[in-house]
Amino acid sequence: MIETRNINKTFGDHHVLKNLTISFEKGKTNLIIGQSGSGKTVLMKCLVGLFEVDSGMVVYDDRNFTTMNFEQRKTLRQEIGMLFQGGALFDSMNVQENVMFPLNMFTKQLPAEKLERVNFVLKRVNLDNANLLMPSELSGGMRKRVAIARAIAMKPQYLFCDEPNSGLDPHTSGVIDLLIKEITEEYDITTIVNTHDMNSVLSIGDTVAYIYKGELWWKGNKETILHTDNEELNDFVFGTELTSRLKR
Amino acid sequence: MIKVFTTIGNYVLLMQKVFSRPQKGRIFWDQLMNEINFLGLESLGIVAFISAFMGAVVSIQTAFNITSPLIPMSMVGFTVRQSVILEFSPTVISLILAGKVGSRIASEIGTMRVTEQIDALEIMGVNSANYLIFPKIIASILINPVLIVFSMWMGILGGWIAMVMTGLVSTNDYVQGMRIDFQGYTIFYAITKTIFFAYIISSVSGFYGYITQGGALEVGQASTKAVVFSSVIIILFNLVLTQLLLT
Repeated sequence: MIETRNINKTFGDHHVLKNLTISFEKGKTNLIIGQSGSGKTVLMKCLVGLFEVDSGMVVYDDRNFTTMNFEQRKTLRQEIGMLFQGGALFDSMNVQENVMFPLNMFTKQLPAEKLERVNFVLKRVNLDNANLLMPSELSGGMRKRVAIARAIAMKPQYLFCDEPNSGLDPHTSGVIDLLIKEITEEYDITTIVNTHDMNSVLSIGDTVAYIYKGELWWKGNKETILHTDNEELNDFVFGTELTSRLKR
Repeated sequence: MIKVFTTIGNYVLLMQKVFSRPQKGRIFWDQLMNEINFLGLESLGIVAFISAFMGAVVSIQTAFNITSPLIPMSMVGFTVRQSVILEFSPTVISLILAGKVGSRIASEIGTMRVTEQIDALEIMGVNSANYLIFPKIIASILINPVLIVFSMWMGILGGWIAMVMTGLVSTNDYVQGMRIDFQGYTIFYAITKTIFFAYIISSVSGFYGYITQGGALEVGQASTKAVVFSSVIIILFNLVLTQLLLT
């Protein structure tokens, strides 16, 4: 479980996160939604420590991440996997080397053991036999799947996904969503997905938090989100022509 | 002025992160060998080409300017040697490497920053500054002196070939001139300068790449800044080091 307690984050005069308290449950796919500029990416970067919070705390299973020193964070980060918007694969390495990278850095496994783990996770994301391809040879969906494989290579306890569907067609988006949900349940990990894709919300949103102007505006799940009377959330959910027609 | 001090402060803070023990010795060694290849050995061609032609030009200009019969033609070899060893190879070649290697380092690290590859390293718990910049600094410090000594050799060779082909100075005179009043300390001076310049090129370029924010445009700007500031700092340190080492 991951919690934030009264976290604040400002950039100059711009108060991005305002006293935000929220919890993300273990074994569930926890979605953060909100309009562009609402603060959801900043929230995710605060959760993983890429941004330092100005006040408040981020807690990983009763471990206060905010007060940890570099070495303590380094240890905790080995329990974290993250899928970035563009995949963030290392351009100079092939698929196998990308997935093996955290194993090379943090484990003392034998080369054969590492290769076995790499092949296992690549198979898990349906990318067996792609070991020797370079990132430039992969499609958008394949890049995301390699990034997921790299994120789960170290058997993480926490998985963060920053807009995993951006730039993907609806079918591939569905495949990635399903993969994230399956992995979450299979390994019983705490998964946090940052998205503004309503398809994802309705298919994998075990819990859904709506961030509006840096505040937690609404919290529910994929069942309750369509029946709320929260005006701002409804504007967001039914903001497109398709969803507004469906509502009518 | 505040911006200058802020930049220097950020540079010092980054170097504190850079100069720490690498996470895995084996991985560091592999990276070091790669960087020696990318930053050093791939520059051999351009270094050889420029050095040989500059040596040739210096020798022809010197021979052209010796009009008095009282000045021996062996002065051509002497002048080429002094120019190449004292200034041309350590400083001018370092400036050329600042352009070639500096822009490569800044654009490589800058691209990794804007495509979130550095964030990915940080999330994994890797000290990204150390992982990316430290091998480049060590590789530059190791390989640049080799390049500079090679440049000296090519410059002197270029000068000799030019003299032989034009017939302005005989081989005997050229070699005799090169041997006049030779002091081994000048080589030490040149290599000392080169090591300082290698550090400046790799660390300043690494810094500008690492702090890049934005997209492709900013990566280009970072690359330009890396080359400009590396060159300016090299020129400033050239004066300081020359004053310290030769007086």
